[in-house]
Amino acid sequence: MALSGMRGLSVFISDIRNCQNKELERLRVDKELGHIRTRFKNEKGLTPYEKKKYVWKMLYIYMLGYDVDFGHMEAVSLISAPKYPEKQVGYIVTSSLLNENHDFLRLAINTVRNDIIGRNETFQCLALTLVGNIGGRDFAESLAPDVQKLLLSSSCRPLVRKKAALCLLRLFRKNPDVVNVDGWSDRMAQLLDERDIGVLTSSMSLFVALVARDYDSYWSCLPKCVKVLERLARNQDIPQEYTYYGIPSPWLQVKTMRALQYFPTVEDPNTRRSLFEVLQRVLMGTDVVKNVNKNNASHAVLFEALALVMHLDAEKEMMSQCVALLGKFIAVREPNIRYLGLENMTRMLMVTDVQEIIKRHQAQIITSLKDPDISIRRRALDLLYGMCDVSNAKDIVEELLQYLATADFAMREELSLKAAILAEKFAPDLSWYVDVILQLIDKAGDFVSDDIWFRVVQFVTNNEDLQPYAALKAREYLDKPAIHETMVKVSAYLLGEYSHLLARRPGCSPKEIFAIIHEKLPTVSTPTVPILLSTYAKILMHSQPPDPELQTQIWAVFSKYESCIDVEIQQRAAEYFALSRKGAALVDILAEMPKFPERKSSLIKKAEDTEADTAEQSAIKLRTQQQMSNALTVTDQPPANGIPSEPQLGPVKVPSMSNESLNTKDQVLTQSNGSATNLQTSTPSPDLLADLLSPLAIEGPPVASLESEQNAVTGSEDTATAVDALALATVGDQANTVQPIGNVAEKFYALCLKDSGILYEDPYVQIGIKAEWRSHQGRLVLFLGNKNTAPLVSVQALMLAPSHLKLELSEVPQIIPPRAQVQCPLEVVNLRPSRDLAVLEFSYKFGTDLVNVKLRVPAVLNKFLQPIPVSPEEFFPQWRSLSGPPLKLQEVVRGVRPMPLMEMASLLNSYHLMVCPGLDPNTNNLVASTTFFSESTRAMLCLVRIETDPADRTQLRMTVASGDPVLTYELKEFIKEQLISIPSASLPPQPITQQAPPSSSPISQSDPGAMLAALL
Amino acid sequence: MIHFLLLISRQGKVRLTKWYSPYAQKERTKVVRELSGMILSRGPKLCNFVEWRGYKVVYKRYASLYFCMCVNQDDNELEILEIIHHFVQILDVYFGSVCELDLIFNFHKAYYILDEILMAGELQESSKKTVERLIDAQDALVEAAKEQANSVSYIISQALSTKLSWMNVNYLYFVI
Repeated sequence: MALSGMRGLSVFISDIRNCQNKELERLRVDKELGHIRTRFKNEKGLTPYEKKKYVWKMLYIYMLGYDVDFGHMEAVSLISAPKYPEKQVGYIVTSSLLNENHDFLRLAINTVRNDIIGRNETFQCLALTLVGNIGGRDFAESLAPDVQKLLLSSSCRPLVRKKAALCLLRLFRKNPDVVNVDGWSDRMAQLLDERDIGVLTSSMSLFVALVARDYDSYWSCLPKCVKVLERLARNQDIPQEYTYYGIPSPWLQVKTMRALQYFPTVEDPNTRRSLFEVLQRVLMGTDVVKNVNKNNASHAVLFEALALVMHLDAEKEMMSQCVALLGKFIAVREPNIRYLGLENMTRMLMVTDVQEIIKRHQAQIITSLKDPDISIRRRALDLLYGMCDVSNAKDIVEELLQYLATADFAMREELSLKAAILAEKFAPDLSWYVDVILQLIDKAGDFVSDDIWFRVVQFVTNNEDLQPYAALKAREYLDKPAIHETMVKVSAYLLGEYSHLLARRPGCSPKEIFAIIHEKLPTVSTPTVPILLSTYAKILMHSQPPDPELQTQIWAVFSKYESCIDVEIQQRAAEYFALSRKGAALVDILAEMPKFPERKSSLIKKAEDTEADTAEQSAIKLRTQQQMSNALTVTDQPPANGIPSEPQLGPVKVPSMSNESLNTKDQVLTQSNGSATNLQTSTPSPDLLADLLSPLAIEGPPVASLESEQNAVTGSEDTATAVDALALATVGDQANTVQPIGNVAEKFYALCLKDSGILYEDPYVQIGIKAEWRSHQGRLVLFLGNKNTAPLVSVQALMLAPSHLKLELSEVPQIIPPRAQVQCPLEVVNLRPSRDLAVLEFSYKFGTDLVNVKLRVPAVLNKFLQPIPVSPEEFFPQWRSLSGPPLKLQEVVRGVRPMPLMEMASLLNSYHLMVCPGLDPNTNNLVASTTFFSESTRAMLCLVRIETDPADRTQLRMTVASGDPVLTYELKEFIKEQLISIPSASLPPQPITQQAPPSSSPISQSDPGAMLAALL
Repeated sequence: MIHFLLLISRQGKVRLTKWYSPYAQKERTKVVRELSGMILSRGPKLCNFVEWRGYKVVYKRYASLYFCMCVNQDDNELEILEIIHHFVQILDVYFGSVCELDLIFNFHKAYYILDEILMAGELQESSKKTVERLIDAQDALVEAAKEQANSVSYIISQALSTKLSWMNVNYLYFVI
C-alpha cells in the first residue's frame, strides 16, 4: 500500500481541519487558491509532482464547496503527460472536477482517443473511465466506434472490455442518435455468453439500456438472459470471488431480471419454464437471516424477481404467492423491507385481480401512515391513494383527513391534494364530497391549493341539489372563530351565489350574511377582497326589493374601495357601485353563474403533472401508467365527461366587466375547441376515457351549448377571437390535458418571419424548427425534444400537405428517449403559388396522456420570395407591359391597421418584398419588388405598389402585378392579410390572417379575406 | 443508474463526491446542502431510503460517515445499498480498518478505488479481489515511476530537457 506521499497536500488538509470556524477555513482556502494561481501562472518552475499536488488541492477545495474557476486547463493538460502517475492524476481530477458540458474537455479528445486506441492497457483503462464518467456528445461522435471495437475485441483483457461496455453504455445513453447500434443483437447475444462475470455484469448494464430503448431487436438475447439467471441460480461456474455473502453475484441477478422486464412477454415455452423455475426458487427460497448484508442482497434479488413475476403476469398461483409475501413484508420490523413491501404493493395494484387481496391489508397500511419514518409514510400514502375505490373511499379519506392534522409539513400539500382527488373520484354522495373539502380547508388551509377550492365551487355550481347544502355548510364554518383565508374565499363565493336559498333559516338573512362576511374583510389579504366585493354585489342583487339599510352599508363599502390602490379592487368596487344603482336591471347582469363545461379534473391533472416530472424511464413505470387506466376502467364507473378546469373560475363573469386578460379567453376557447372537436372525433380509446372517469358524472353539454356558454363568458364581441381560437392549429386531444406553453399562434407567426425558432412547446415536448430556403425548395429540420426524464412513446408526425406543396418528412422515431432531441428533416418543394398551409399533425403518448396537436408549418408564401432591387429602367417597362387583370390586380383595402409609412416599408421588407425607394414620386406611396419561385412559374418577378392616404391611414390602394394570374391574386391576398392585421408578440392572435386548413376538407374553401370582411 | 455519490461526515462535512450526471458547480453545492440536511437529521432506526426531487437516495451510515447514492426512483434500492457496502469493504481492506481520517487524508486514493468499482453510474466490478489487484498494480506503477525519477541519470536527462518539454506542453494547447 502506498499512501499519500504528498506532504504538501496532507499539510493543507490538516490546516483546513484545524480551522476553528468557517471564516478561518475560507481564509485558508483563499490563501491556497491564490498560491496555486500564482504557481500556475508561471508554469516553467513547476515540476510534475507539484502540478499533481496542486490539482489535487484544487479538487479538495472544490469538494468542500468552494468555487474553483481556474486551473481546469492544468488538470486537463496532465492527461497528455507521458508518464503514468501524472496521467492518472490528470484523468481522475478532470473527471471529478468537470462535467460533460465543459469546453476544456474538447481539448483532450485527441489525447483520450490516442490512449484508447493505443497499446498501453493502463492508459486505455484511464481513458475509458474518463469517457464513461463524463463523456458528452463530442466524445460519442469521435470515440464510439473505437469503444465498440474494444468491447468486441478478443485480444483485450476483461479489464478493458468491461470498461468499454460501460463506456459505451454512457455514450449510448447520452446520445443514442450518435452511437450506432444497428445489428447489435448478434453481438449482444455473443457478449451475454461471456464467462467472466465482471465483463458480463457490465455488458448486462449495457444490454438493459439497449432493450429499454428497443426490445424488439433483441429477442434473440432473451434466452441468453435466462441462461445467465440459471447459471447464477445454480451457482454453476461462478468463481468464489463473485459470490457475495454466499450469493452468486446478486447484482448480476438483479440486472438480468431487470433486462427481462423490458420484453413484453416470454413466448418460448421452454425458456418460460426455465425462467419460472428460477423465479419460483427465488420466491420460495429466500429466508430472513441474521446478517444484514446477506439479507439485503438476497432481498434485492427477491424484490426484482417479484417485479418480473408481476410483469410477466404469471400464473395465479405465483401471483398470490407474491401478494402473500408482500403482505408479510409490510408488517415486519425491518424498515427497509417494510418500505419496499409498500412500494411493491403499490406496483402490484396494477395487476388485475389482486386488488381485493391487497385490500385485506388496509389496516396494516394505515398503521404505516403513522410510521416514524417519512419515507415509509410516503409509500403508505401512495399505496392508500392507489388502492382507494368506491368501497373503501370513505374509510381511507377519513383516515387521511385525520392524519392531516398531525402530518409533517413536507407531506401536507400532497396529502390534501390526494384526499381531494379521492373524495372527488369516489364520493358516494356529493354532500360528503363537500364536507370533505371543507374539512380539508379547515384543517390544512395553508396546504390547500386554489385548484381544490375552485373545484368544489365547480361542483356546487353544476349540481343544483347541492347548492343549499353547500351554502349552509359555508355559513356554519363562518361562525367558527378563526378560519383560514381559503375558507373565507370559498364561503364568500358560495354564499354570494346561493345564500338566497337559505333565506328562511335563522341567521341567514341577506343582512346577517353580509354582516358575518364583512366581519372577515379586515383580516383578509388583497386577492380575497375582490371576491368579497363580488359577494356583496350578489347579495345586493338577490335582495330585491332592496333593503335600504343593507344597500347603504354595501354602497359605503364600494365607495370606500373605489379609491383602493389595487386596480382590480378599485375597478370592481367602481363597477359594482355603478351597476347596483341600476335597480332591477342588476338581476340580469349579475345573474347566477352558468354551469361550467365539463372537463377532466384539474386536480388529477396536477397530480399527474408532478408525477410526470419525476417519472423515470422504465418498463415498470410505462406499464404502470398504461395499466393504471385499465384498472380504472374496471371500476365500472359511469363515464363522466371530464370536469371543468380552473381558468373559467374567475369569480366575476359579468361580460361587461370581465377583467380577464384576453389570453385567458384564448385559453378557454382553445380548450373548448378541443372538446368540441373531441365530440366529433370517432371512437376514442377506452384507455383515454378511463382518466376522466368519475362517479360524479355530470351531463356533458352538447357542443352547441358548450360554445354558446363560452361566448356568454367572453362576450359576443369576441366572436372573432373565438373563430380564431378555433382556427388555431392546436387541436386538443380527447384528454386534452396537456396545455401548450406559450401561444402557439404567436410562435407560428414569428416563424413566418424567421427561419428558426420554436414551433410548439408543452410540458413534455418541444418542437423546434430550422429552415433553409433556396428558390422553390426548402429544407426544414424539425427538432423534437423530450423534456422529461421518461420517454415519449407512440410518437407520430403526419404531414398534411396542401396541393401546391410537395412535402417529404423523414421518418419520425416512435419513441423519443428521455431528455433527448431527435431531428427530422423535411423537404419542401413549392409547385405553384398558393397561400394554403401545410399542417403537421403531431401526437405522442406520455403516461396516460395522449397528446395530439395540429400545427401549421411555416412554409408560407413569403418563404419562396426573394427580394430583388429594381432600377427605374427595369421597373417601368415591366409595370406597363403587365396591363390590367388578371396579371395586374388593383384593390382598395380598408380596415388597415394604421401604421407609419416606414413601418409598412419594413413590414414589406420582412416578408421579402423589397421596397424600392424613389421609384414613385409620391412620398406616400411604396413600390416593392420581389422574385417568386415555384416549379410551375419558375422565377417570376412580382411588382407591388401601395398608395396610402395620409389623411386616413386605415385605407390604401394596392396594385400587384406579375406574369402569372394566380400568383398575382395570391400575392395580393397575402399582402392584404399582413396589412390588415399584424400579429405581434404583445397581442393575442388577431382575427385570422392565415387559417389553418381543416385536416380533412380541402383547403381554401373559405376565403380568409372574405371572412375577415364579414367580421369587420 | 447512480447519479452521484456523496460521503458526508456526521458534522455535514463533505468527504468525497462523485457525479455521474452533469451537475454544474452551483447545483452540486446545493444538492450536498439539501441532502445532508435531510439525511443527517434522520434517526438511526429508519429505513435507508430517502425520496428526493423525484429520485431516491440510498444511504448508509458507517461510524461517523454517511455514504449516499442517488438513484432513479425505480432502481433496486437494496442492490444499491449493497454496492455501498461492497465499496466500504474494499476501502477497509485497502486501508486496513478504514476510518474517516484515512479517507480525509487519502481522498485521492478513494477516488482511484471508486473508479474501479463504479463507472457510468453502474457497478463495474463486483469482485473485491479483482479491484484490490488492480489498485495494487496501479500503486506499483506509480512507485516504479518514482524510483525511476529518483535515479541519477534520469535527473540529469530531465534537467537538460525541462525547458524544451514545457514549451512543447504549451504548444499542445493550441494543437489539440
